[in-house]
Amino acid sequence: MGKYIVRRLLQMGLVLFGASLVLFACLYILPGDPISTLGGGEKARDPATKALLMKRYNLDQPLAVQYTRYVTNVAKGDLGTSFRLRRPVNDIIKEKIWNTARLALAAILFTILIGISAGVIAAVLQYSFWDVLVTLTTTLAIGFPTFVIGLIFQYRFALRWHVLPLSGHNGGLKSFLLPGLTLASVDAALVARLMRGTMLEVMRADYIRTATAKGLSKRVVILKHAMRNSIIPVVTYLGISFGTLLGGALITEVIFNWNGIGSTLVTAISTQDNPIVLGVSTYAVLIFVLVNLFVDVAYGFLDPRIRLE
Amino acid sequence: MRETLTATTLERAPEPGETLLEIEDLRVHFHTDNGVVKAVDGVSWSIARGETLGIVGESGSGKSVSAMAVMGLVPTPPARYESGRIMFMGKDLLKADEKALRKIRGNDISMIFQDPLTSLNPVFKVGHQIAEVIQVHEKMGRIPARKLAVDLLAEVGIPNPKQRASEYPHQFSGGMRQRAMIAMALALDPVLLLADEPTTALDVTVQAQIMELLLTLQQERGTAIVLITHDLGLVASHADRVLVMYAGKVAELAGVDDIFYEPRHAYTHGLLSGLARLDVHRAERLEPIPGQPPSLIRVPSGCAFHPRCKLATQVCTDVVPELVMQDRPNHTAACHHSDQVALLVNGPAAAQHVKSAAETTAAGPPVAEAETRTS
Amino acid sequence: MTSDTEPAPLESPAAIEATSRAEGDAGLVDPGSGFAGASGQVTALGGIRRQTQFGDVRRRFKRNKLAVLGLVMIASVVLMALLAPWIAPQNPLHQDLLNTQASPGRAHWIGTDEVGRDQLSRLIHGSRIAVIVGVASIGIALVIGIALGALAGYFGRWWDTIIMRVADVFFAFPVIIGAIVIILVIGRGIMPVILSIGIFSWATVARLLRSSILSIRESEYVEAARSLGASRWRIVTRHILPNSLAPVLVYATVAVATAIVAEAALSFLGAGVKPGTPDWGAMISDGQKFFGYKDFLWFFPSIAVVYTVLGFVFVGDGLRDALDPKLR
Repeated sequence: MGKYIVRRLLQMGLVLFGASLVLFACLYILPGDPISTLGGGEKARDPATKALLMKRYNLDQPLAVQYTRYVTNVAKGDLGTSFRLRRPVNDIIKEKIWNTARLALAAILFTILIGISAGVIAAVLQYSFWDVLVTLTTTLAIGFPTFVIGLIFQYRFALRWHVLPLSGHNGGLKSFLLPGLTLASVDAALVARLMRGTMLEVMRADYIRTATAKGLSKRVVILKHAMRNSIIPVVTYLGISFGTLLGGALITEVIFNWNGIGSTLVTAISTQDNPIVLGVSTYAVLIFVLVNLFVDVAYGFLDPRIRLE
Repeated sequence: MRETLTATTLERAPEPGETLLEIEDLRVHFHTDNGVVKAVDGVSWSIARGETLGIVGESGSGKSVSAMAVMGLVPTPPARYESGRIMFMGKDLLKADEKALRKIRGNDISMIFQDPLTSLNPVFKVGHQIAEVIQVHEKMGRIPARKLAVDLLAEVGIPNPKQRASEYPHQFSGGMRQRAMIAMALALDPVLLLADEPTTALDVTVQAQIMELLLTLQQERGTAIVLITHDLGLVASHADRVLVMYAGKVAELAGVDDIFYEPRHAYTHGLLSGLARLDVHRAERLEPIPGQPPSLIRVPSGCAFHPRCKLATQVCTDVVPELVMQDRPNHTAACHHSDQVALLVNGPAAAQHVKSAAETTAAGPPVAEAETRTS
Repeated sequence: MTSDTEPAPLESPAAIEATSRAEGDAGLVDPGSGFAGASGQVTALGGIRRQTQFGDVRRRFKRNKLAVLGLVMIASVVLMALLAPWIAPQNPLHQDLLNTQASPGRAHWIGTDEVGRDQLSRLIHGSRIAVIVGVASIGIALVIGIALGALAGYFGRWWDTIIMRVADVFFAFPVIIGAIVIILVIGRGIMPVILSIGIFSWATVARLLRSSILSIRESEYVEAARSLGASRWRIVTRHILPNSLAPVLVYATVAVATAIVAEAALSFLGAGVKPGTPDWGAMISDGQKFFGYKDFLWFFPSIAVVYTVLGFVFVGDGLRDALDPKLR
């Protein structure tokens, strides 16, 4: 297991190095004006200001130097200063991240609970009413993008039926329900489908027959022997889908007026507050990579064939 | 020596020689969209305490399904039991409910399967998987069950059992895995063991070791074994009686000597003619049975073997042969031309040494396998 | 999907291989396919086999009502996009400031927006953005992904190592986040959207194709072709690529839907096509500001997105089932 984790860590380092190169290339090499991107637009027209800004953002240095500075800054947590708020980007992110994390956790919880149970039920009762129901619901859910399902949820549950708060996060656990479900809907549907498919395949495996032949009850065969094997691809999927979750969180926060990183980012996009956009993106990549490292390790725990190769 | 476990559903221990299991007119049909697959179609056999019954046949002859039916392991649907009884110590297992069956499975009747790698759950430790079967049937805590599992591993000849118990199936070699499966199957001293191709997936040398282990354990405990295989050699050296199946039906049922010296079904004779013989100088060519096993959806009319049979006549195409008593005791065969088969066997070019040949090639070329490859 | 539940006969070479190797006693695993495989025709000649396989896929696809419906839905959207200037009742950019946020009625079937533009015309023209972005961005992803995935899968060694590590890097960017960064730098517009979605989607294609090639490369029918002396080129183009593209094809169908959603999401977040362009995501975003009292503003463009996405999802599901009936 130790070796496995070390290898994953090394791989992660490589990915982060590559990702920093890509981000750096976007900023400094892509056709565009780094000064207006980093320095906030209009002022750069005056050559004197331009020279000054070139110096301030080290744009007069060779690319390698610029890259080194960029990486050291990111590593130090220095992501620049917001144009609009005049505060370090890092402080702003720190302030908002807890709200976003809570929302994401709620969504992951919903995804796992709803997705796995729906998938297991559909697989165990294949071709039954419940299976058809799960299949239809998941297909529909996949067709409804986050921003559409969010608006519909709000319209139905808050505006028409008044059972749940329309937006914000001051309503206690209740206020997590709609945004959490909105953010979870597509993933839960995909997990349910994946779970159903894997479960059906696993249920045909020889070791399930062995488990039955041992005299185990159907419940133990399904919940222990089949589940434990079917969960492995689901865990992998959860790691991969975390990127989509981050994207979805941006939208969900906007719709539900959630005071997190997503709404900050959207405001930043519309006000061209570029340091915030870049800082948030950098963090998003970092978190995504870390989550997948965690998933890889979990995967190793779940599947001894990987762990002990 | 490990302590003996007491869990059983039986009211009394079977007497030596007493019939344990009796299958009568069993029909298991699979209803698929391509038609009805008559996997088992009117099969009867029985097995007594301590006996070894070999069931031989090509792929798709229904030999596995009839064994899985005993355990209630045939998925219904798509399968349906069209008729029959499976009497186990006086109880009809086909009528037993799931709960009663569960108490019997792994306890009084156990099963081991062809591929020990896929038959063991990859994510659980081997020791845990053995302890599990004990804990289902016995009131026993985790720790004593685990200890017992280690003892069982030692008993089936796994070196360093304590450490092995906490390893995963993929860390075992093929033979070791099958030993672990046997330990699991024999944990609760079943009276009946169904062994479905137990050595097919293993190396030749390992095959012999596994069979030896099974026989030793059988002698110690008086377990009855149903040995399902397409390897005639295995049957020749290990079975007391042999059941030959073809296309879901019984072709021939007899004592092991009769099957090898005095076959009365053209199919059995065909199987034996395809067997390589080491002790006789090759005077004649090996004669594998031409053609392929029939599709069980469109079973040929009359005797299902007739399209591949060189003795076939009009009657074979028209009339389904009955299973009839032959000129020897406890020997039945379903062949219109059993007299001609007898003549073939005892004629000038008779293969008197077939059985000894089969024994010397105990691990020799499985007859039926050549056929399955082409399908 | 749910309408016909029969296990269709497996006739892909891999399936035939699997059925003939499996101990064929009925019911061990899957009696339906097992026996169909045994009784079905096993054709050794590649050409004939491919033809029947293609025919099978098409037959299974056609039998799937939902998949056919999806095809019709996609076709209608594409048709709408092609004919937009002719079928749209008005100029989507024409502002009628005296008639803003008009409720759906005779003059404006689904109303007008906050500057009095005809919503229906904008919706019809919006299909162009959706179709172009969906197809073009996934087209880019396919070109890059198939080329690199094939290199990595077939040539292995350092090709594999380098390409897959690069894929890892691109995989580390959530598509929307990556797209936002690129658009931030090169500016809003349809080309930046297409490029950025394409660039952050190819890694999945490459990974899928690579693993599918790896498993097929070792399969016995490829070995057979090799032992018969088929050239490397022939093996790759006739045996490996056609068979390993199946999962990529299924992915691509669904990915077009994902790309359409991503485009709408970018516009919704204010990082999509140029402001003012008729676009579904932008329409939803604009309409959402009047949530609660002018709900038709976000409702109809939402329907358009859902309709299009579902079309692709239905077809993707149908393709998956038709290509690999085992998965049902």
